[in-house]
Formats: sequence, C-alpha cells, structure tokens
Amino acid sequence: MLLRHTTDKVIDRQALTINPAKTCQPIGAMYAALGIQGCLPHSHGSQGCCSYHRSTLTRHYKEPVMASTSSFTEGSSVFGGQSNLLQAIETIFSTYDPEIIAVHSTCLSETIGDDLNQILTKAREEGKVPKGKHVIHCNTPSYVGSHVTGYANMLLGMTSYFAQHTGISNYQVNLISGWIEPCDMREIKRIAKKMQANTMMFPDTSGILDGPLNGKYTFYPKGGTTIEELISAGDAKFSLGIGQWATEEAAKKLEYKCKVKYDICDVPIGLQATDRFITALSRYANVKVPQSLTNERGRLLDMIADMHSYLYGKRVALYGDPDWLIPMTEFLVMLDMKPVYIVSGTPGKLFESRMKEILGEKVPEAKFKNGETADMFLLHQWIKQEKVDLLIGNTYGKYIARDEDIPFVRYGFPILDRVGHSYFPTVGYHGGMRILEKILGALMDRIDRDAPEEKLELVM
Amino acid sequence: MRKVAIYGKGGIGKSTTTQNTVAGLVEMGKKVMVVGCDPKADSTRLLLGGLAQKTVLDTLREEGEDVELDDVVKSGFKGVRCVESGGPEPGVGCAGRGIITSVNLLEQLGAYDESQEIDYVFYDVLGDVVCGGFAMPMREGKAQEIYIVCSGEMMAMYAANNICKGIVKFAEAGDVKLGGLICNSRKVDNEFQMIEELARRLGTQMIHFVPRDNMVQRAEINRKTVIEYDPTHPQADEYRQLCRKIDENKMFVIPKPLAIEELEELLINYGILN
Repeated sequence: MLLRHTTDKVIDRQALTINPAKTCQPIGAMYAALGIQGCLPHSHGSQGCCSYHRSTLTRHYKEPVMASTSSFTEGSSVFGGQSNLLQAIETIFSTYDPEIIAVHSTCLSETIGDDLNQILTKAREEGKVPKGKHVIHCNTPSYVGSHVTGYANMLLGMTSYFAQHTGISNYQVNLISGWIEPCDMREIKRIAKKMQANTMMFPDTSGILDGPLNGKYTFYPKGGTTIEELISAGDAKFSLGIGQWATEEAAKKLEYKCKVKYDICDVPIGLQATDRFITALSRYANVKVPQSLTNERGRLLDMIADMHSYLYGKRVALYGDPDWLIPMTEFLVMLDMKPVYIVSGTPGKLFESRMKEILGEKVPEAKFKNGETADMFLLHQWIKQEKVDLLIGNTYGKYIARDEDIPFVRYGFPILDRVGHSYFPTVGYHGGMRILEKILGALMDRIDRDAPEEKLELVM
Repeated sequence: MRKVAIYGKGGIGKSTTTQNTVAGLVEMGKKVMVVGCDPKADSTRLLLGGLAQKTVLDTLREEGEDVELDDVVKSGFKGVRCVESGGPEPGVGCAGRGIITSVNLLEQLGAYDESQEIDYVFYDVLGDVVCGGFAMPMREGKAQEIYIVCSGEMMAMYAANNICKGIVKFAEAGDVKLGGLICNSRKVDNEFQMIEELARRLGTQMIHFVPRDNMVQRAEINRKTVIEYDPTHPQADEYRQLCRKIDENKMFVIPKPLAIEELEELLINYGILN
C-alpha cells in the first residue's frame, strides 16, 4: 500500500500539486525535434535537465535518444549562456555533424533571460553554422504549461524557421502531427496513402524512435521529416493539425506567415474521431475514401458489437494529455462505458468545454479537471470515493492500480514498464481495435481471476 | 506602429521624461500605450493621476489563466493606454523574469495587434540593463528604437555607455536601433556640449536637451505631467519639442560604445576640470 495515506476527503488546494499528471516542457520539444531527419536536439541549460529528458524518452521508446546540452555552470547562470551555446554549436557541427540542431531553453536559461534568437543570430553571423546546415529554437520554460506546450512550441519553431511561401502551390496537405507514438504517425501516413491524398507530415518520429535492429548503429536514423519538406509546408494548400494543444500554434503560424489555411481535428482515437479525421482529410485533399478503409471501420464496429456486453456501464478513470483524453473519452462513451474521472496537468480552457460536450448528458456524474491542481492525487481521491472498474494512463498509475486493485491499461506518456506502445498503433480504425483489445484483456483477466472455480468460463 | 524603449540610469528621470513626452504625443492626437517595466510600478503615475494601476503580474497571480486585456490596461490622460508589468517586492523572486512574463502575456492578449490601432508603444525600463529580463523590450519584434535618458553626471554617462553595449548585442540580431540621447539636465558645467560630444562619439545624436525646472517637481507632486498641470509653462514646450523631435526622428544607429578610458577623457576635457 504505497499510497495508503491518500484519503477520500478532497480538500480545496490552491498551491500544492501531488503527483502531477504532466512533465517538463523540454521533453516535448525534444520529442518533436526528433521528428526531423538528421536532427540533434539541444538543451540550453544545466546538464541535469538534458539527462532527465533523454532518459525518460529512452525508457519510453526503448531507443537511444541523443541530445546535447549547453552544460551551464554557476558562471553561465551569472553571465548568461551565450558563450556555452556558441561553443556547443561549433562542437556539435564539427563532431556529431547533424543536418540541424533544434535548441530549446530550460527553466534556468529562461529565468536569466537568455535570448536564443539573438544568440543563434550571432552564431550564424560568426560562421559557426556551416553552409546548408540549420539551427532552430524554441522557448520552453517548464513553469508554463506542460510537456505538451513544449511539443507545440518546437512545432512553432519549425514553421517559423523553415516554412516558405513561394507563391506556387505544391497542392499538398500538411499533416501537423500531435504528440502520438512513432507507429501512430506511420499509421496516419498509411491511411493518407490509402486515400491517395497528397500529404506531408511533420514532425514524424517513425523510423527514428521505432527503428529496426540491423547490427549497425546510426546516429541519425533515416526517418523523420526532411528539411525540404518543412520548407514546402509554406506552399501547401491546407494544413490539418492533429490535436489542438500540440498543433494549433504551428498551424496558425503557417497561416499567418504563408497564408496556408488550416483546420484542427482530434487525434483519430476511436470510431468517431477517426471518422472525422478521414472526412476532413478527404475534403481538404479532395480524395475519396476507399472501400478498404470502410472495411477497416466495419471490422472495428463488428468487434464493438461482439464484445459490447463486457464494456457496458464499466466505470473508467483516465489521466494524461488533453489531445488524447478527449477522443479517448468520446470513444469510451460511445462504447457505453462510463468515463467518470478524468484529470490532466496540461492547462487550457477548451478541455472543460469539450469534456462537458462529450460527457454532459451521457455520464452526468463524471468529474473532470485540468491545470495545475488536477493531479493524480486528486484522481486517486475520487477513486477512493467511489471505485472504478478500469484505470487508463501512463506508468505512474500502477501505484493507484495496485493499491485499489483496479485493472490497468497503460496509455499515454511515459510508459516505462511495458513494451508495444511505440510499435502497435492506437490511431485509426485498426488502432481502435487495439485499444479495445487492451481494455477487454484487462477486464476479462479480472473476471477470470475473481471467478469462483465453478464459474470460470471457457468461452467469453 | 512605432515601438520605443526608454532606458537610463536609475533616478535619472526616465519615467518623468517618458510620461511627459507621451503626454505631448497624445496632445498631438497620437494613440499611445505605455508599458512600465519597473517592479516599482510607477511608470504611469503621472498619466493616471496616482498609483492606481493593478499590475500585470499581480493580476496574473490573482486571476490565473483568465487574464483579459481590459484587466491590465488602464486609460489615462487623453486616452493614453497604461500598463504596469509590476514584479516582486525588493529582495525576493526574479524581477527580470517578471518583465519577460508580462511582455509575453501582453503579446498573447493582443495588446499590440493592429486592431488596437496604436501609433506608439513606449517601454519604460528600470535602471541599467542588469539582467536578461530587462533586455526583453529590445528582443526581436519588440522595441525598434531606444532612447537613453542621461545627464552630464559621470555615472549617468557611464550607464548610458553600458546600455549601448546591450543595444549593440541585440541590434546585430534584430532590428533595434538607438534613436538618441535625451539629456535631462542636472545643471552640470558644460553639460550640453558634453552630452553632444558623447552622442557624437557613440555615433548618435542628442535628440533634445531638457532643462532643469522645478515645475516638473511641482507637477509631479500633483500627480500630473507638466503638459497637463500647466500647459502654458515653458517646460511643457520643452517636452513638446522633445516629442516632436522623436516623432520626426530619422536617425537610427547601432551605437559604438566607448572604452572606459575614452569616457573618462571626455569627462576631463568637458567636465569640471576644464
């Protein structure tokens, strides 16, 4: 009983957060940067930040995540980190030879007021950036927003730096990918290809963070969005942002800078969100939905119909990031499950209105909250008040699941104690089936475990 | 929209000069916003008739995410829009970060949007550029022109020279330029010539010499700019001249800061030893 001191009595807190349902901005910036081909993320701050972010990404993706740091010392904090960053850029290009360095700030460099734009301009002027190579940046103070904000900020950095409007349309639709797994990005590209849509996805971590083991180590695996593709975003006919929190700022920037109009859709998790994504893509890319995709949809529907009785009325608690919580909650409601408790450490007013819209009539007893005080402690307290049948969230939920003896499906970021999440997609209709399989597996294992010997069912 | 930042040594009269100049500009019919970037939050006192403003950071602390532009912008003399960044009390926290946070927030809230139809934004910045936060108004996309308030006193000139070093750094990366020195006279010997010479060596101009006059203090006690308190007084015309010169200014340069020996030599040649 590791969390035995948690009580069911909720006290209104103003300042204290216990077990936050979020992490640092730079982790998001680092993950997004890895979606560019030949990119070395660079953390402008102390070494500890970089080590933590790298190790968390490494543990989640089970791939070596490379990133460099400005290695701040006491002196850099007093005099500013300019000389460290200039030296770092020189060393990185001469030693590690990436195509591009994506710099993000940290709490320390933000607080002392280092101006990354000014430092990078100086680096370019001093010839520290070799011809044909690039350095981009974004600001990621962790005391604002969450890891999702950091991801969004790096996407903004990519569009601000690269996207160019030549006036000649390339007729592509930009797919701005939210924070999803490498396999999910691959799956969305597969769907777009099936629809014969002319698309360009950025960022794209597939091939980088789910690369094959072939006996040869490469520092920069051959995946990801290329710089030419990032530049081409400015000539697209349309941008489709996948996930409001992660992509809207970048989409807005593209519209402002290059007049590329945009729309935002939910991450295609579950039936309805996938329907909406495919409809949107079909409209903006002006392509038809092929029969094979309709068949995929049918298979998901079939599975739902077959197993509905195991899902009906089951109470679920979820925690994580708004961009996946919203479509996941919608999917659960559609399955006639009851998502009763939902928290996210990522702020943003839209969360409440979307949740109200999805849960309002169907699950009126649902409690949901996001922002600083919406932590896992609160979620646990709610669960103590009235138990749930299923918990969905990242690895940190295992303590609650164990203490309360609740079936647990791992989803979101980070997952440090299981594999599969980076290989088996959960987006699209196939992804919906994968989610169903995981949920049903957890629920049915529990039925088997608790069934008296005479009631242990062979057929379920 | 022209974005102007006023820097200078602490106590040199930045806030007083800024507010009187702004009063002159609104009198000319310009639409102006003043952003006070000093934790003391006294950059808009004369325009508002007292310390009546809730600061951006206080509002942020109390209201959380739900800050709206109207919560932090207050209308003062002839409709001038006043904002105070605010900041921590002396000795705690990080005032520099406060400036970064509040200028970012104002941008997010659309304070500088074209729809606001503003002709001028003035940033009134605390003392020297002591840390990265106080250079925030110089970053790319923020202020494009800087005026340094100084006097013939050695420390004021020393500070002006230091601020120029900051400007050089940001000018190379962005579009910020020095618009000139404003001499706020302390009645030092040879002050006019000395500041003109300093300006010349920095590669800029002394855009105006504001004579010392007790009327400024009198108006200040009454929480008013001179232009509002006594519009017919000759000192009011001095400020009108200053604001006209700023309005018509075409000379924007990347300054050439002086070596310390050169600065001392200047003081010896023009100063009290002469």
